[in-house]
Amino acid sequence: MSDSDLKSTTATLETTPEEIEKSSASERRRMTLNMGPQHPSTHGVLRVLLELDGETVMRAYPDIGFLHTGIEKQCEALTWQQVVPLTDRVDYLNNMGNNLVYALAVEKLLNVTEEMPEAVKMMRVLLAELQRINSHCVWLGTHALDIGAMTVFFYCFREREDILRLFEMISGQRMMTSYIRPGGLALEPPRGWFKSARKFIDAFSDKVDEYENLLAKNPIWLQRTQGVGHVSLDELLDWGVTGPMIRAAGVPWDIRKDEPYSGYEKYNFDVATRTENDVWARYRVRMQEMRESAKIVKQALDGIPDGPWQLDIPRVTLPGREKMKTQMEALIHHFKIVTEGMRVPAGEAYQAVESPRGEIAYYVVSDGSSHPHRVFMRTPSFGNLQVLPPMVEGKLIADTIAAMGSMDFVLGDVDR
Amino acid sequence: MISDQVREIPVVAALLARFPDAVTAGVLRLNELALEIDPAQILEVCRFLKNEQGFRRLSAITGVDWHPMEPRFEVVYLLHSMERRADRLRLKCRLHGDNAEIESITSIWPGANWYERETFDLFGVRFRNHPNLTRIMMPDEWIGHPLRKDFPVHGHRYSYQDE
Repeated sequence: MSDSDLKSTTATLETTPEEIEKSSASERRRMTLNMGPQHPSTHGVLRVLLELDGETVMRAYPDIGFLHTGIEKQCEALTWQQVVPLTDRVDYLNNMGNNLVYALAVEKLLNVTEEMPEAVKMMRVLLAELQRINSHCVWLGTHALDIGAMTVFFYCFREREDILRLFEMISGQRMMTSYIRPGGLALEPPRGWFKSARKFIDAFSDKVDEYENLLAKNPIWLQRTQGVGHVSLDELLDWGVTGPMIRAAGVPWDIRKDEPYSGYEKYNFDVATRTENDVWARYRVRMQEMRESAKIVKQALDGIPDGPWQLDIPRVTLPGREKMKTQMEALIHHFKIVTEGMRVPAGEAYQAVESPRGEIAYYVVSDGSSHPHRVFMRTPSFGNLQVLPPMVEGKLIADTIAAMGSMDFVLGDVDR
Repeated sequence: MISDQVREIPVVAALLARFPDAVTAGVLRLNELALEIDPAQILEVCRFLKNEQGFRRLSAITGVDWHPMEPRFEVVYLLHSMERRADRLRLKCRLHGDNAEIESITSIWPGANWYERETFDLFGVRFRNHPNLTRIMMPDEWIGHPLRKDFPVHGHRYSYQDE
């Protein structure tokens, strides 16, 4: 690539934020408000340019990219296993889910999906659902805090702390777990873990009742959420919105049901839907999802067999410590995987998973070497955030906060 | 090259009947269907798939760089039909490095907007008739396109001192 064509691509850039500012200057009544990137209710570094006429939002322009860390580029410089810790950092409220979708995509390419032990599959489901509860707790706490209900935050973070403690027990990390890996799990769960998980989940249904007691009949909460943030279903689909927002518009689309992975077809759970298609409906859907997730966790806890926690395929997983010290072949495999990484057959795979925010999918391309050729992360927050302008334009500025909260985006997930 | 097995898939058959020369290759691997589409016809093909074949959702658009091979860029369209549950389709357009340009499909799916901007930003593929083709991830004054294979992972030339 020569210098001249590098310059030519940047010369064609036009900046729309400035255009918004110019057009607003011409109309005396209009004011441009720069919301973020450090505004607390944007939950991260989102900047939204709002053009206001009094209290009404005339135009909204989300400006993203402040948290862009080039994760997809870094993936290409690492081996297949080394990518796992990066996937945690994409959506830091759904780290287990991100580990899972990456592991599933790589396993698809390796053609080992069928051989996965039952214990691994169930453990993955269990963790993914705990993660969903965790993510929804953070969402509910902060969303309610934005709207003015402060108490909910403390209740939600109490349960979130319990889940993080479970994650810490199992992986040594509260948030950046890297626990689900291509080929199985990182370690076997420690002694007493299942007991702790059971204790937590048995008490959890009551906790959801507590959240609902705080909000369900609260007149301020109802007024701030009902009928707010409505966008027609057609528009939502056109803009690429996924997850609870689509289900709150009446479509029972859930990847766990439609394209089951990791044995989800064996669990008994319902897909929560509402038809109101507003902030309140999204709140109801997510509350229901927490209960359904608790149901799945219980089923997984009841049926989980005792190991093995990894595939026994030498080209994919590291051999056990005992084997490595007694068998020469095992030592060679260990050396090969650690020094150059496993080789993944050339090809491409697209794996979608239902994250707490919607469809998270990895499109993984391999050229047959020990490094990924391309890892594309189709993240739900990126798709969902795009619908912000149609959702808030023409409405009151206070509703913008409620609408944004109901999208439940994570900026790490948007910018990657 | 399209194998007979791929030709018999209803979507491919319908596509071939309507646009005889649009599909240049088709592969069914790992139970995933991927079609290579002539870049000049991508807009019509997408409109046909959305309106007449039930591919309601555009999941994402992205790129893959095969540098130093030519044509180096693949623009990948990930489509999904919600009515048929697990029905997903991948379209690919191959573009030459010296003129990486393709028609924007924002008129069909408005949600293509950010995905096309991202592909432009990170790969330098230009989308004709895009309403606002600006950088989305990188700073506006950034030089180069980071996801190209000839862009270094470390040691790029950007200076933070001017800000």
